[in-house]
Amino acid sequence: MTDTDRGTQRDRHSAFSLFTQQSLPACKPVLTPEWVIMTFLFIGFIFIPVGLVTLRASHSVVEIVERYDIGCVPEPFRIDKVSYIQDDSIPKNCSLSFKVPKYMKAPIYIYYQLDNYYQNHRRYVKSRSDKQLLHGQNEHGISSCQPVEVNNDRPIIPCGLIAWSLFNDTFTFIRNRAELKVNRKNIAWKSDRGHKFGKNVYPFNFQNGTLIGGGKLNPTIPLSDQEDLIVWMRTSALPSFRKLYGRIEKDLDVDDVVVVHLMNNYNTYSFGGKKKLVLSTTSWLGGKNDFLGLAYVFIGSSSVTIAVVFTLLHLLSPRH
Amino acid sequence: MARGRIRAKLRKSHLYSFCLFRSSGSGGQSIGGPGFSRTVYCNEPQVLNQKPYRSNIISTTKYNFFSFLPKALYEQFHRVANLYFLGCAIASLTPLSPFSPVSMIAPLAFVVGLSMAKEGLEDWRRFMQDREVNSRKVHVHNEEGGFGKKTWEDVRVGDVVKVEKDQFFPADLLLLSSNYEDGICYVETMNLDGETNLKAKKALEATLGLDEDDNFNNFKGIIKCEDPNPSLYTFVGNLEYEGKVYAIDPTQILLRDSKLRNTEFVYGVVIFTGHDSKVMQNSTRSPSKRSRVEKKMDYIIYVLFSVLLVISLISSFGFAVEIKYSMPVWWFMRPQDADEYYSPKKPVISGLSHMVTALMLYGYLIPISLYVSIEVVKVLQATFINQDIQMYDEDTGIPAQARTSNLNEELGQVDTILSDKTGTLTCNQMDFLKCSIAGIPYGVSPSEVELAAAQQMANDQEDQGELKTLVASKKEKAHKSPIKGFNFEDNRLMNGNWLKEPTAARIMLFCQILAVCHTAIPELNEETGNYTYEAESPDEGSFLVAARELGFEFFQRTQSSVFVREKYTASGKPIEREYKILNVLEFTSKRKRMTVIVRDEEGQILLLCKGADSIIFDRLSKDGKLYLEDTTRHLNDYGEAGLRTLALAYRKLEESEYTAWNNEFQKAKTSIGADRDAMLENAADMMERDLFLVGATAVEDKLQKGVPQCIDKLAQAGLKLWVLTGDKMETAINIGFACSLLRQGMKQICITESGSEDKQEVKEDILKQITNGLEMIKQENDPHAAFALIIDGKTLAYALEDDMKLKFLGLAVECASVICCRVSPKQKALVTRLVKQGTGKTTLAIGDGANDVGMIQEADIGVGISGVEGMQAVMASDFSVSQFRFLERLLVVHGHWCYKRIAQMICYFFYKNIAFGLTLFYFEAFTGFSGQSVYDDWYMLLFNVVLTSLPVMSLGVFEQDVSSEVCLEFPAVYQQGPRNLFFDWYRILGWMGNGLLCSLIIFFINIIILYDQAFRAEGQTADLAVLGTTMFTCIVWSLNCQIALTMSHFTWIQHVTIGGSIAAWYIFLLIYGALSPRISGDAYQILVEALAPAPIYWQTTLLATIACTLPYMAHIAYQRCFEPEDHHIIQEIKYYRKDVEDQHMWTRERSKARQKTKIGFTARVDAKIRQVRAKLNKKQ
Repeated sequence: MTDTDRGTQRDRHSAFSLFTQQSLPACKPVLTPEWVIMTFLFIGFIFIPVGLVTLRASHSVVEIVERYDIGCVPEPFRIDKVSYIQDDSIPKNCSLSFKVPKYMKAPIYIYYQLDNYYQNHRRYVKSRSDKQLLHGQNEHGISSCQPVEVNNDRPIIPCGLIAWSLFNDTFTFIRNRAELKVNRKNIAWKSDRGHKFGKNVYPFNFQNGTLIGGGKLNPTIPLSDQEDLIVWMRTSALPSFRKLYGRIEKDLDVDDVVVVHLMNNYNTYSFGGKKKLVLSTTSWLGGKNDFLGLAYVFIGSSSVTIAVVFTLLHLLSPRH
Repeated sequence: MARGRIRAKLRKSHLYSFCLFRSSGSGGQSIGGPGFSRTVYCNEPQVLNQKPYRSNIISTTKYNFFSFLPKALYEQFHRVANLYFLGCAIASLTPLSPFSPVSMIAPLAFVVGLSMAKEGLEDWRRFMQDREVNSRKVHVHNEEGGFGKKTWEDVRVGDVVKVEKDQFFPADLLLLSSNYEDGICYVETMNLDGETNLKAKKALEATLGLDEDDNFNNFKGIIKCEDPNPSLYTFVGNLEYEGKVYAIDPTQILLRDSKLRNTEFVYGVVIFTGHDSKVMQNSTRSPSKRSRVEKKMDYIIYVLFSVLLVISLISSFGFAVEIKYSMPVWWFMRPQDADEYYSPKKPVISGLSHMVTALMLYGYLIPISLYVSIEVVKVLQATFINQDIQMYDEDTGIPAQARTSNLNEELGQVDTILSDKTGTLTCNQMDFLKCSIAGIPYGVSPSEVELAAAQQMANDQEDQGELKTLVASKKEKAHKSPIKGFNFEDNRLMNGNWLKEPTAARIMLFCQILAVCHTAIPELNEETGNYTYEAESPDEGSFLVAARELGFEFFQRTQSSVFVREKYTASGKPIEREYKILNVLEFTSKRKRMTVIVRDEEGQILLLCKGADSIIFDRLSKDGKLYLEDTTRHLNDYGEAGLRTLALAYRKLEESEYTAWNNEFQKAKTSIGADRDAMLENAADMMERDLFLVGATAVEDKLQKGVPQCIDKLAQAGLKLWVLTGDKMETAINIGFACSLLRQGMKQICITESGSEDKQEVKEDILKQITNGLEMIKQENDPHAAFALIIDGKTLAYALEDDMKLKFLGLAVECASVICCRVSPKQKALVTRLVKQGTGKTTLAIGDGANDVGMIQEADIGVGISGVEGMQAVMASDFSVSQFRFLERLLVVHGHWCYKRIAQMICYFFYKNIAFGLTLFYFEAFTGFSGQSVYDDWYMLLFNVVLTSLPVMSLGVFEQDVSSEVCLEFPAVYQQGPRNLFFDWYRILGWMGNGLLCSLIIFFINIIILYDQAFRAEGQTADLAVLGTTMFTCIVWSLNCQIALTMSHFTWIQHVTIGGSIAAWYIFLLIYGALSPRISGDAYQILVEALAPAPIYWQTTLLATIACTLPYMAHIAYQRCFEPEDHHIIQEIKYYRKDVEDQHMWTRERSKARQKTKIGFTARVDAKIRQVRAKLNKKQ
């Protein structure tokens, strides 16, 4: 044994042998009670303040949600909303008004919200062609757009179910009889506008078939400038989602009455989906969501609780 | 495994032995019949009839160039998991697939490719080995009449070959002639049966003339013989030569892979080539073994498959319902244009086809890279075992070797070790240590057993006076004697001093017996000028060395004579004496004695005999008992010291007496019939009478270095050790004492056979003994009482019968040590199987010789000693070490580590895949069960292969719960393996539960946080890509933090792999986001533009990571503080450096951590202490 020991000693110097002999220097943290208590306390002391700050941010957001899908169907048609919405001869304009509950600082973001709308369904998500959106006219590579790829033997641009079902309700806002200007530019991701939707690709043969889905597109505007389409094409993760419609770049004061004139074109009645209009300010965190802050506070306080319990247990029955 | 028979069948020095050269008449009739159809035209290899015989090319490869791909693929897809993934890969080409085909096929191709590459590399090595063998050169008789060199692969059946000294035989040959006139040659069969002694072969009388190259020009003959078969010790055939038919028996057959020794050259005819040769027919692939952990892993895979099936069913059902009721109203999906898959009219078909989609989507529950990761990890672990310098034997230069890497973790779960004795516990080296000549004992060196005992006594008792000095002095002396086989020290005999002794004549006789009565062959070592001896047994070798050292150098053996050079004579000049050998009566286990009858130079006929003392004592004449009393006393002393003893005797014969006897003997020898053996026996018996006792020898069976210490440690680690030996009971008990397997005060339960003829009676008797033994153990009140079971081979044969074996096992497991002596190789295997199946625990068999092969293959783990004897045991083994003592490190350090590593690794693997896979399932509920994945295909592809694989592999390769030194200091930590603490269902389910919890936390935190509101100050809402990427980030962080918590040993490698995996995810996102959106889709610029500037993204990551690991952290903290396991305590002690500061506590913990054991040093010491205390109490 002594011989081998000596041999080991000799070789201990080289890093390679440290590796092969599995004796590389290592740190071996041990969760001693002190460490455990310190760690849990530390987590608690980080998480609770972060949670409180986050909650404050969330509370600072003012949000107005107005459901309009039922309200905008005239009383006589409420029995059969689907035929109402599908009947092109009936004018679809409608208006609603609401009072601003709190001072809202610009920019105020306008969203439309759809519920029970499965934009994340596999059949739906797959039905698009990124290639076509960027490069335009191309007979090939649009097979993924099934079942909306060609019409009258000519390819549709933009093809696919997503584009075909484009949301087409429109909103105008009036405050104190003056129209509130809605900025509808820059609502889509910059990279989408710049690199995903072609600057020289124009809508073609779109909504020309027997079945008309959602909104139509102005064939003279290139896809990269069709921001409504770009926003819509970003499929939502959940069946209930909001999408950006525009921005009001003026502050709204408390008790301001805002009247919305809207064109209620989009059919959610078939599948009982709700439509809502949302006006919201943002904080550094984004929109209103208390969960994040609450979760932080919860984890932080559980952590502190665990630390306290451990301390007590440790004091009551010390080891060794 | 019947290699034990070899001694009986293949004997050397056949010329003067009576039991050989029996004609094999029995096989003669069947030649030409079924099974005996082979016809070899000697020296006419071109004869067409020989065409169908196989060529001499051997191939041990599993694959060839063409079959590699199909065969290796078949092997790979034999695994259920791989088959499943293959199905997925094929289905991914259809529209049913939720992923792009590449994300299904690439990981599979990677995983399968890696495994196949490993297979291929291994096979390539075998191929190179074969090629080396096939291209060896041998002299073959050619048509021009000379002998030319040919490669082995070109040797054909019927060729006449000439093999020279120290060459291997290229095929199975019929020996025609050798350089010796009588056609004898010597063969070393180490590669066949592991025996190092030489065996003699003898050509037929008829072919003796063919002993020169030129004689073969006209040589023709026809051999008719048996078909290829694996029996090494039989051969049936005949040779038609010059119009006569001669029977061929195994003594004329030279087997491939054996080596020509002590003979200049031989000529032979090739009979069996290549794979027809006996050795190749014999080669069996060692059974592939799988570890317990891996077998259990299969069950977990089945569990996961069931989970997969269940959630797929739920999914399909959900999908079918959605398709039936929701699809018609989802106008935005254009239900009217839907194909069958989405058609609301056929929800059942939709549901069924969705099953395929779901099975693929949730496939992440099954860790695809698990098998390949484990394989890679195990290979690396095996490399560490091979590299371990503390298992490297500096004397022989042989390192430990993991020959298969798939049993590493099994090493950590061993419960019972079954060990061979000779060559494993002992060196198989006999040292001539003491002798008793004419009633006077000679030899002062202590045996190692005495030494070990003295050492222990010195340890036991604190008084260190005498004994310690004894030990020290012995140690010095041990270095003085470099002569192998000779450790004798006594000035009265050495350096010719014996001439001055009063009994010089007896001493000379004694040495003459040693130098003449044997069957060994001398070999001149040209470097030293000394002779070494090729002897049948190491005992015999040590006698010859002793004789040489005492001045009687045996230096030459011819067919009829033995030549001895006497160095010290009265005249002072060395003289050479010739002893004409008249008869040799060989040693057999039944006779237990060996006799030679010689005529010395004066014409005196002497009978020289050596044998077991009891046998010799019975055959002494009245006068011959002169020294009986003294010798018996000395023999008893030697026996107690653990030495092997033999008695030597002689007798002078009158010419007439001899002639009369010899006639009778020759008559018996030439007789044919069943009673031939009995007649020979009688004849021998008649002569070996009226002997005169000269003295006795004592030879030490040397224990290997460090064996007792190693056994002590293994016992402390809670391992049981059984010794299975072919030796006799006395020797086995001696060694048992030497190894501390037995000690004073241990109750020995000896089970022996009564010797009755009636089988039934014998059985009942043995059964009674076993029952008595059990009763005895039951009635024992002393908790410290220990029992040892000793049983011999014959008894074992009964005890292993079906109706008794469980009872026997019941007794054996109750005993602290079990020693089985006189067991055959087959019984070794049977005992191993009994222990393995009877107790259901992991067994490890360790041995060195061919007779251990069965046991090594049968046990869960076979360990071969790569030492002196052949490679047979090593070839059959799973691990090989060069010394028994390395077993301690192999098991206690490497076994323990590997077990924990693999167990933790597998648990983590399942955890991570459950945590990941289930998030996909939850998301389904939010997509109408459509099979849409929340993650990008590329994320998923990288998940198993890049983002989570390296940390878990570094866990599997480098994790150490405690350092190797601590493992050795606290052998009890090893018990975590046999008790399977780290891979029981409790733990596995715990990890699965943790995975489930983790998946729930991550999924719901993410979907609630990234709900409908804006997730950035700029007002954008989260889409599918944002949610998927954020969720995936949380998973990468959580899983990698989780593994960091699992580890307890961080070198830079762990830091790099864990940190690197997390970093790799961000780097990937950057690169992927920078690619053209045609490739990256919605993930284009996602990190830079959308996520990184959003504080919510980072906050979510932190929240999910902490929330996922918090429960686990609380759990381990609680466990460590309030229910600590052994390694926790040790880690903590080490951490606080208590071992340095508080010696007392350190020792206390150490002694606490020992397993209760009844064998080994420590147990002996404890027993002694109890004894002393009891005595003290009595006094008071």
